[in-house]
Amino acid sequence: MCYEKAVKVELEGKMYNVEKPMQVSRLLQQFSLSRETHLVIVNNRLVTEDYRLQKDDQIKLIRVVSGG
Amino acid sequence: MKCRVCGQEASIGLRAYNTALCADDFIFFLEKRVSTTIRKYHLIETGDTPIVAVSGGKDSLSVWYLLNRLGYPADGIYVDLGIGDYSRTSLTKITQMAEKLCRKVYVLHVRDIFDKGIDEVARTIRRVPCSACGMIKRYVMNKICIDKGYNVLVTGHNLDDEAAALLGNLLYWKDEYLWKKSPSLESKDGHLSKKVKPLFLCSEREMAAYAVLSGIDYIYEECPFSVDAKSLEYKSILNKLEESSPGTKLQFIKGYLKNMKTARKDNENRDMAYCTTCGYPCYGDKCNMCRLLERFHIEKAIAFDEYDGSTLDSNRVMVT
Repeated sequence: MCYEKAVKVELEGKMYNVEKPMQVSRLLQQFSLSRETHLVIVNNRLVTEDYRLQKDDQIKLIRVVSGG
Repeated sequence: MKCRVCGQEASIGLRAYNTALCADDFIFFLEKRVSTTIRKYHLIETGDTPIVAVSGGKDSLSVWYLLNRLGYPADGIYVDLGIGDYSRTSLTKITQMAEKLCRKVYVLHVRDIFDKGIDEVARTIRRVPCSACGMIKRYVMNKICIDKGYNVLVTGHNLDDEAAALLGNLLYWKDEYLWKKSPSLESKDGHLSKKVKPLFLCSEREMAAYAVLSGIDYIYEECPFSVDAKSLEYKSILNKLEESSPGTKLQFIKGYLKNMKTARKDNENRDMAYCTTCGYPCYGDKCNMCRLLERFHIEKAIAFDEYDGSTLDSNRVMVT
């Protein structure tokens, strides 16, 4: 994967590079995550699944499920 | 996606309601939902003194914040289970919220009572940590209400928690628990405080979104002992159903509430007694907590640390 063409994604404290451009729904699919279980924060803003990621976006995937 | 109310860029899609909302309209929507639940099910009424069971997670901190915002002033109670950094971080998040709300928070440290963390306590009595934790928390949270004069204990149980528990009770036909899930469990003769769940109809995803959009700083990490919890498996199954059929969880719980009133009457015959030592409701002569204290040869009274939110400094070492 070409680094210049990648966006950085934070998930559970780890950083990943993913190909761009793509929609948030596609991003969730790439990580095999459900929209029911994860929220997507882009540049400190909560976004919907149709948001198209940009090159310099700071992306954080937040797991919403807690148990016990 | 555009906000259905104002037409601005949406922050969250709510497929169960076939809508999408921006940050401000979503906060308004969720607060209205909680407020309606409180009034419809008579969770908190004029003159009540609620206290919120807080863990540092999104649900309990959000419900604490929400109640105070909606005009129901409430203090907090936290049981520090002594799980290393997880418990320390949780306490920091809780004291920060207490400071923000200018409310009091009581803290009970499990290590102060047993000289052990919850994992070692559980191992000694041959229970899994979640079972020992639940038993101690239920007891302690009831005790704070009785001892300190709070008449309503508020918990952050959400729609997903309730749906997962209901699924578990149905799968194994646990009759004794099946019809006890309710947004409100009434008090019993001065021994058991009223327990309410204002987030009963709010999904876990909605609550996480509310916490993020309201700037609530909660602990993202999971309790290390909940990794293999059965409830997580049930939640995963329910979320798969929700993914293909939005609104399934809400219908599941709403259907339950509709059927609960009639089914419950048949299940109220089990004899309940009160612990001869402390007065807590139980099904024998002694409650589980008193048995546990006996097992550890502990005679001292359970004492709470008390922090006043109006004078809290989160960087300060806390003293009783």
